Amino acid sequence: MNENDVMMLKTPFHSRVEAACEINLWGNWMGYTTPDAYFDVELEYFAVRSTTGVFDLSPMNKYRISGPDAAHFLDRMMTRNMHKLAIDRVAYVVWCNDAGQLMDDGTVFRLAENEYRLCSYAKANDWLYWCSLGFDVTITDETAEVAALAVQGPTSCSTLTAMGLEGLEELKPFDIRNYRFDGEILSVSRTGFTGDLGYELWITPSKAEDLWDRLFEAGKQFLIKPFGSHALDIARIETGFVQAGVDFVMAQDLIRPGRSRSPLEMGLGWLVDFEKTHFNGRRALLKERETGSRYRFVILDVDGNKPADHSFILKGDKQVGNVTSAAWCPTAKSNVAFAQIEMPYGEFGEELTAEIYYERELHWTRVLAPCRVLDGPVFNPGRRRQTPAVAF
Amino acid sequence: MTNYDVIIVGGGHNGLICANFLAKTGKSVLVLEAREAPGGCAATNEIHPGFNVSACAQWLDLLNPSLIQELKLEKYGLQFAAKNLKTIGLNSDGNHVFLSHDSVDGKNISDEDKTSYIDFKVKMLKYAKLLKKVFESRAPKLVEHNWTDRITLAKLALGMKFLGKEDMNDLMRLILINIYDVMEESFENQNLKALISFDGVMGGYMGPRSPNTVFNFLYKLVGETYGYYGSSQIKGGMGALGESLAAAAKDAGVEIRLGDRVARINKTGSRVSGVTLDDGEVIYSAIIVSNADPFSTFNNLLGLRNIEAGMARRVTQIRRKSGTAKLHLALDTAPNFLGLDSEQMGQRLVIAPDMNYIERAFNSVKYGEYSPTPAIDISVSSLNDETLAPSGKHVLSAIVQYAPYEPDGGWDVHRDIFAKNSIDLIEQYAPGIKDSILSHQLLTPKDLESIYGMTGGQWHHVEMTLDQVLMMRPFPGASQYGVDVDGLYLCGAGTHPGGGLMGLAGKNAATEIIKRGSEA
Repeated sequence: MNENDVMMLKTPFHSRVEAACEINLWGNWMGYTTPDAYFDVELEYFAVRSTTGVFDLSPMNKYRISGPDAAHFLDRMMTRNMHKLAIDRVAYVVWCNDAGQLMDDGTVFRLAENEYRLCSYAKANDWLYWCSLGFDVTITDETAEVAALAVQGPTSCSTLTAMGLEGLEELKPFDIRNYRFDGEILSVSRTGFTGDLGYELWITPSKAEDLWDRLFEAGKQFLIKPFGSHALDIARIETGFVQAGVDFVMAQDLIRPGRSRSPLEMGLGWLVDFEKTHFNGRRALLKERETGSRYRFVILDVDGNKPADHSFILKGDKQVGNVTSAAWCPTAKSNVAFAQIEMPYGEFGEELTAEIYYERELHWTRVLAPCRVLDGPVFNPGRRRQTPAVAF
Repeated sequence: MTNYDVIIVGGGHNGLICANFLAKTGKSVLVLEAREAPGGCAATNEIHPGFNVSACAQWLDLLNPSLIQELKLEKYGLQFAAKNLKTIGLNSDGNHVFLSHDSVDGKNISDEDKTSYIDFKVKMLKYAKLLKKVFESRAPKLVEHNWTDRITLAKLALGMKFLGKEDMNDLMRLILINIYDVMEESFENQNLKALISFDGVMGGYMGPRSPNTVFNFLYKLVGETYGYYGSSQIKGGMGALGESLAAAAKDAGVEIRLGDRVARINKTGSRVSGVTLDDGEVIYSAIIVSNADPFSTFNNLLGLRNIEAGMARRVTQIRRKSGTAKLHLALDTAPNFLGLDSEQMGQRLVIAPDMNYIERAFNSVKYGEYSPTPAIDISVSSLNDETLAPSGKHVLSAIVQYAPYEPDGGWDVHRDIFAKNSIDLIEQYAPGIKDSILSHQLLTPKDLESIYGMTGGQWHHVEMTLDQVLMMRPFPGASQYGVDVDGLYLCGAGTHPGGGLMGLAGKNAATEIIKRGSEA
């Protein structure tokens, strides 16, 4: 038995990750041993925002979808119009069950005419199979066959250019470009989960360690640092990215009826293309659009510096919602919380109250912190989109 | 371009019944039937010049009597050639078992068995009456708060309560075990046990020891609560039922097109828009009612890619196997079954000497083979209806269990052997019949599928098992005739309450569509 077949799994970068993980703070990501932090969560976070941070995202579930019906298959499964996705482009997607409830979010990479890669947070083998009924497609789980790194931050383009990826600055957000790396293909996409300038690198596992070494060598002068899932969590909250399994319960995991959310209720309505005549959950979502949603997803700016983790959200004395993700966001210098608010509350600008409980030396304190509904994320720098990428 | 309020795909009995009720409310209804005759499994076919048989279903013992009245089927030509027929369990030694709805007789039947049979029937009929009530309306959903469903559930609960503690406990116990065990605890005589248990396995992919056989038995027994005290035979063959339903429908304003096979159900957005025929003709309607079985409705006519993925999953999981074949014989002379007079020969004759015999016959089909000694349900229909064969000559129609959908090597290789085996078997009970055969016809499950469009050759479209009845028929989310496609309804045997020429599926579906009114 291959050692990688034994729980916990190790990513192709494990030898390098292990060496860099100074504080041995390990977590379990989909069965893989991954660091929650390497040396200091704040410093790792600041590497992402100020220089370059590197995140091993190999455990991300990856599915290769190919065949003559690949585009039709994806178009039926996803709420977005997948026929609009050009070759060498990436799309952020969500998909729903029959009842229009969110199952997961992910990214679709169009690699060639009838070749796509779907990256999903949760394992989706069974759902992909059921969705494939009636389509001429082949679906392969290639999670273990593709090693991946996220290289994120203002100096990420400079780092990768120094590593020899010429012309990378021309890559637009969601573009893909392939490079040669030791006789193998190194695929680079301008994507990420940090809301900053950044790239994701995709390569065969046998070249993973070499890639890591060359990357960190090239990035030395740009102050490259690895970062773990805790730092990533701050970055994604700061930039307004929801996380499946945290900010919504994936419909397929649901036990209690009514606890799932639709894309419209998660602020993801922009991903739902009702112009499409058919996609999974369309009928239910159309009905929801007509009759109204139950909840509204909001980003809150909470007074004070106590993160509003798991807080109740009040309107006056009435409880109208609760927080799903919260963090003090250092760059934006604001105390951000994602919350589910019952309709009709939570309109832009509305003043609400976060009921925050926190503990200091076994002493619990309750704070009623005023907060207000924002109209978007607190961190959204121009460099995230600017093309050609600005060299730092 | 032609428009109708409703298009019904398939002119089987349920489709025609549904059409009748919809047309009575003033809707313009078009029925599209692929075959050249209406009625679907209610069919009469000529197997030899001048020799006609009920080509699919041969006994009528479940058709809801309210349909005969409300649709005035007798006015439109429906006549019974025979009613309340006995079931006779054939024994090779001539000591047959004679079973009627309230008594059992035979040389080897003990007094205990005679008494037990009456007790057994009294109890079983109580249970069948419960089902009867639930069958008359749509299957209740359990989770949604809806008064129609609550009333149905309350009726069921109240009905169970009124059974009394002992009978209710026994129902809960019996419904989940198998007919073999129920027979073992009820009777002594092997032939009698086999005869009753055969009603629990007919048309199913099950042997006496299979689960769901008690439910199947009770389902068939519902017919007795309708007043069918035994099987009955329609004059002119079962096709006459189809003809009378079609005639009633036409009078109600329904347009019926025969020989027009629907190739596709068309959908625009979330809603059906019409159908495309085999020849390319497109007909528009905002409501499509499919009398085709649920699997072919979604898989063949709509396409799994055009429906919700979760529903596609459920469609592919529908169990729809059959082990039932039909054998038809054109006979030059009257058959001579040992120990029976000619009046008795017109009853329902069953070859199933004991329960292990049936179980062994079922074993074969489990492994893709046909039974060397099948269980056979025989109707010498021309004895009750002279119109079926030339004078002095006869037709025999038989349900033969079990035959697989397709044996290894295909039916072309095995067809003649299986037919010969079955005929040889009948010959043992009716010596000389072989020599009088003018021609024979064997319809395997695969043939029944291709002729009548029933996936798998399954009579009930969807196997009648506890996980596929009531609110789970054909699958959760499609149990009230409507499905997750706006304007599409199901009305066939694959929906609640089920098949067997009962007709309530078609009626209930119409009721549901009418009830939904402009939201249908």
